[in-house]
Amino acid sequence: MSGGVDSAVAAARAVEAGHDVTGVHLALARNPQTYRSGARGCCTLEDSRDARRAADVIGIPFYVWDMADRFHEDVVDDFVAEYAAGRTPNPCLRCNEKIKFAAVLDRAVALGFDAVVTGHHARLGPDGLLRRSVDLGKDQSYVLAVLRRDQLDRSIFPLGDSTKAQVRAEAAERGLAVADKPDSHDICFIADGDTRKFLADRLGETPGDIVDAQTGAVLGTHQGAYAYTVGQRRGLALQTPAPDGRPRYVLSITPVTNTVTVGPAAALDVSDVAGDRPVWTGGPEPAGPIECEVQLRAHGDAVPATVTLANGRLHAELHRPARGIAAGQAVVAYRPDPAGDVVLGSATISS
Amino acid sequence: MAYLDHAATTPMLAEAVEAYAAAAREVGNASSLHAPGRRARRKVEESRERIAAVLGARPSEVIFTGSGTEADNLAVKGIFWARRDTGRRRVVASAVEHHAVLDSVHWLAAHEGAEVTWLPVDGLGRVPVDAMREVLDEHGDEIAVATVMWANNEVGTLQHVSSFAGLAAGAGIPFHTDAVQAVGQVPVDFAASGVAALTVSGHKLGGPAGVGALLLGRDIACTPLLHGGGQERDVRSGTLDAPGIVAFAVAVEAAVKSQQEYAARVAALRDELVARVRAAAPDAIYNGDPDDRLPGNAHFSFPGCEGDALLLLLDAQDIACSTGSACSAGVAQPSHVLLAMGADDDRARSSLRFTLGHTSTLDDVEALAAALPGAVERARRAGRR
Repeated sequence: MSGGVDSAVAAARAVEAGHDVTGVHLALARNPQTYRSGARGCCTLEDSRDARRAADVIGIPFYVWDMADRFHEDVVDDFVAEYAAGRTPNPCLRCNEKIKFAAVLDRAVALGFDAVVTGHHARLGPDGLLRRSVDLGKDQSYVLAVLRRDQLDRSIFPLGDSTKAQVRAEAAERGLAVADKPDSHDICFIADGDTRKFLADRLGETPGDIVDAQTGAVLGTHQGAYAYTVGQRRGLALQTPAPDGRPRYVLSITPVTNTVTVGPAAALDVSDVAGDRPVWTGGPEPAGPIECEVQLRAHGDAVPATVTLANGRLHAELHRPARGIAAGQAVVAYRPDPAGDVVLGSATISS
Repeated sequence: MAYLDHAATTPMLAEAVEAYAAAAREVGNASSLHAPGRRARRKVEESRERIAAVLGARPSEVIFTGSGTEADNLAVKGIFWARRDTGRRRVVASAVEHHAVLDSVHWLAAHEGAEVTWLPVDGLGRVPVDAMREVLDEHGDEIAVATVMWANNEVGTLQHVSSFAGLAAGAGIPFHTDAVQAVGQVPVDFAASGVAALTVSGHKLGGPAGVGALLLGRDIACTPLLHGGGQERDVRSGTLDAPGIVAFAVAVEAAVKSQQEYAARVAALRDELVARVRAAAPDAIYNGDPDDRLPGNAHFSFPGCEGDALLLLLDAQDIACSTGSACSAGVAQPSHVLLAMGADDDRARSSLRFTLGHTSTLDDVEALAAALPGAVERARRAGRR
């Protein structure tokens, strides 16, 4: 229970479904003051109090579990290391994979609980298939697609059949004070939302070149390649305009040479995506190529593709090019379905 | 439900509840000059006298406060402030104090220029008398105030309070003791103990929460925390909580008068609990002094378990106990008491406190004995991750 409206309603629904529910709030910050304050984060003292109050209203026991060390190692350190390696990690996805549905689930199972219930917006029915939420705007199946079969088998997502508006209305009906609490966005462990500064504090300034993809000419300098993301246009501070006057974008980041490569928008188009560490939960692993859709970043559009699973890698051949695809993000394969698109599997984008 | 957390708070005595309700129906500010004010004043003063009588103090030495925490803050900060002007900036405190004292001392060090000497404890949680002697020899002329609790709230170990008080008095240093856990559990006599200041709290002995007292010797200078109407010898301003004070006095009197009989009964029950816990978890470590401790206190470390996990599992079976140590944002911290006793971090995190009180029965002990083996097994599986 993060202290937000979704997990509060999820807990209440789990109780109503007949489960014996215990509320757990995760203490993820080594020093709670350093995480986001107010309603925007999920790890502050205020959020902890909100979660406790919701548990009181629902009438369930409530505990705070200290996962700060695990979170720091598996999510925060990983986040910094991924940027240092020129990739763009998704810490929410990593937190699901390593904390909520791993460390927390393992501890819960050892203590005698059967499953972890969260307020994620996704559907997980009796067929064991993970599907998009009915609320496509709030769908979180992308950040859950990293879960293995054994993790999904011990997960319950009670909100997938509801829109966010319905969840808020229900919270109000249930007398939960968090009903109108703003959604959390941004990254919970970056207190002021300034990712670039957060990384600079940890990785230091490492000046390097910004080069033109076509000519190889040095167009400017940067203070750390980690501060750039593929597809980024703003903040390049290039002195020389492109010959055609069109904006230039970050095309790639090369940590070895500490180089940021820029070029025209058209060069961002990607048709082939390869992913490491695939998981496949939407049925038996396909023996050959299958037609489906892939989503390549959180809140991105799904693109039709041919997906092949071979040699411990996932390969997606996109039927129309996608833009701004960054290594470190997840490629998630979906099977379109009128009853909710089904998550087939996912992998971490390597190239 | 098996309530095994009497050291956190214990049920109010029926006579205290009635005294509270009766007094709460009356109007009157004890500081007012008219008849209702005088009636309230009379109740407060009678209560003061009752408390003084059973605790070996003079009525004028009883300063009512809003809690034990406030009384501890008043003693430590107030006496420090009053004596700081004479060039004495050192505070002496044991390493196992309750946070009300511990954090007050830390605050004085951080914000008021206090120098601190922490008195160590031995493996049973007891401050050696020699440690105090050495500090007085070395720093006697720098010390503003010294404080050592009467009995530890976590592991129940009793301290050599009279010896400390005698040594401090010999060096002309006011000595305070937090006796919140002790009053009603063991004999406590303010005058006979020789302490300059002593903290007592209402809700630990059958009175209401929200009221406590500092017994403060007449000649001990103490700068107030709260300024206002000048109540309580000008040391603690604020309208007196007449119903709370009346109920507090009823509870203190009852607890002190029945102390011997209570201690014998509860200690026997506690010994039974200890035997049952050892039978259920043979590798459990019984912390604190096995003999010279609070009668209702049993404190264990369960190797391989987290205290937190055990608490959750026992709570799910309607058994209420405590890890004994403080929380920070709901997260149990490794006990500073266990760490001071030489325990490592794992042992300090693996502890659980069971405390018995005036409503405890053998049924409570049996409920714990029945639930504990399964809880320990599961908690061990969950382990320290």
